[in-house]
Amino acid sequence: MKKVINNPGDVVEEMLEGIMRAHHGSFQKVEGVNGIVKKELKDKVAVVTGGGSGHEPLFFGVVGDGLADGVAIGNVFAAPTPNTVQEVAKTVDSGKGVLFIYGNYAGDVLNFDMAAELLEFEDVQTTTVKVTDDVVSAPLERKEDRRGIAGDIFVIKVAGAAAEKGLSLEEVTAVSQKANEHTYSIGVALSPGTIPDSGEPTFTLADDEIELGMGIHGEPGMERTKLMPADELTNQLMEKLLDESQLTSDDEVSVLINGLGSTTLMELFIVNRKVAQILDEKGIGIHDIDVNNYCTTQEMGGFSISLLELDDELKAYYDAPANAPYYKK
Amino acid sequence: MTATDVKKLDAAQTKAMILYAGEKIRENKPLLTKVDSAIGDGDHGIGMSVGFEKVEENLKDQEFTTINDIFKKTGMSMVQSMGGASGVIFGTMFLGGVKDLDSKSELDVPVLSEIFSASLDAIKQRGKASLGDKTMIDALEPAVNGLKESVTDSATLLEALKKAEENAADGVEKSKNYIAKFGRAKSLGERALGNQDAGATSVWIIFKSMREWVEQLNK
Repeated sequence: MKKVINNPGDVVEEMLEGIMRAHHGSFQKVEGVNGIVKKELKDKVAVVTGGGSGHEPLFFGVVGDGLADGVAIGNVFAAPTPNTVQEVAKTVDSGKGVLFIYGNYAGDVLNFDMAAELLEFEDVQTTTVKVTDDVVSAPLERKEDRRGIAGDIFVIKVAGAAAEKGLSLEEVTAVSQKANEHTYSIGVALSPGTIPDSGEPTFTLADDEIELGMGIHGEPGMERTKLMPADELTNQLMEKLLDESQLTSDDEVSVLINGLGSTTLMELFIVNRKVAQILDEKGIGIHDIDVNNYCTTQEMGGFSISLLELDDELKAYYDAPANAPYYKK
Repeated sequence: MTATDVKKLDAAQTKAMILYAGEKIRENKPLLTKVDSAIGDGDHGIGMSVGFEKVEENLKDQEFTTINDIFKKTGMSMVQSMGGASGVIFGTMFLGGVKDLDSKSELDVPVLSEIFSASLDAIKQRGKASLGDKTMIDALEPAVNGLKESVTDSATLLEALKKAEENAADGVEKSKNYIAKFGRAKSLGERALGNQDAGATSVWIIFKSMREWVEQLNK
């Protein structure tokens, strides 16, 4: 795979330099670590997110008003180090505590947990919500083992709005946890992304094959099958998603169609058309639809569908204003 | 004095031994990448190389008087540079070992055994994994058992490291038959059978290199 890079070992650092040049008006770099925080911090509960690089615009793209206050950035597909998380958290903490929100992956959990332990010694109070929206990644009885994919966006949106409103750390954590429990996602992979350092694809798929439910790093999904028309594919994914979420005609959702890197907006809108048709047929209310590329894996082909099941509380936070480089409301 | 008689290392020798292990890990980056790509996300070799590069940078020009400081600096270098699950786990392999250890200026078999027993406990507590979960513990636990036996048998340093290395290698081999409980390999279930764990492979390389370093001593 052709990549526009210099030394593979420098990709994260050089990307960060580029991000800071573009967003110096709203971002400040955290000294000595790969962390970015908002320039103007408020006296409120802080929300910190983070994860491996290579998934841009997540996670730096949601650092902004009404969203996350800071981001800890790891090497490509590797969780950020504990001291990175620690320094970011210390920078954004106003004394009201810090909520960590990140996708549920072993590396992220180990590093954020270690950071939380270290922060205790420095009197920074932290809580954690691990995003577990990928319904294929573990059965319902092991829901807490599920991985986090594009649903991160919904959870960070709700958390940021709740923090902005002035809620306590406990309250922001509770409503973010609720947002996570109300978020259901499913993905499909068409082709792999490439790890810049090794030049190797993250997985292999035959030219005419796709994998339903595959994770964003190539984690195995539910079925490997031949490529099929968009409507049929969307039907199959929605069937699984609606079965998992148990949504009925009394429910209302926000929809996110997320591209994984190289799948075009044209294709994503074709999928969205079918998703909306299916929800209409079931009588499930559509509050909002977002078709975007938030959570990518380099040039991986494919997409995910996420549904946020709304109630009045979640709807209010979802609708609240937000302004970050890659998320505006 | 020949290598077979060596009973202990001073701080400078311990530092040199760890730097040598780091060199060997970096040499084996392609092997670790290959092993990890089969069932993991393929970044283990990259991560371990980054970690031991930082170890070399931080240890190379510094003089140490205690074994504790060498292990602490090694562990901190890894935790602060690697990220991912390996950063915390392999960092803890060095940090956790000396957390409650009285200050030691020499590394003999009992101290070596005490350090890695404590690492094993610390890693189990942090990672919540046990023997047979297809993790680095599959190599570390048998290696530690080998060190403990060597204390009982009053073995020389070389004999102890040989035993640890053999046990670790045996653990790597056995890890092929385990079903993973952590990381990406977990979702592969039985499909990961037949493949060894990358972290266990790194543990084996570390013990093997420490044995090699002691073996070439005073030759």
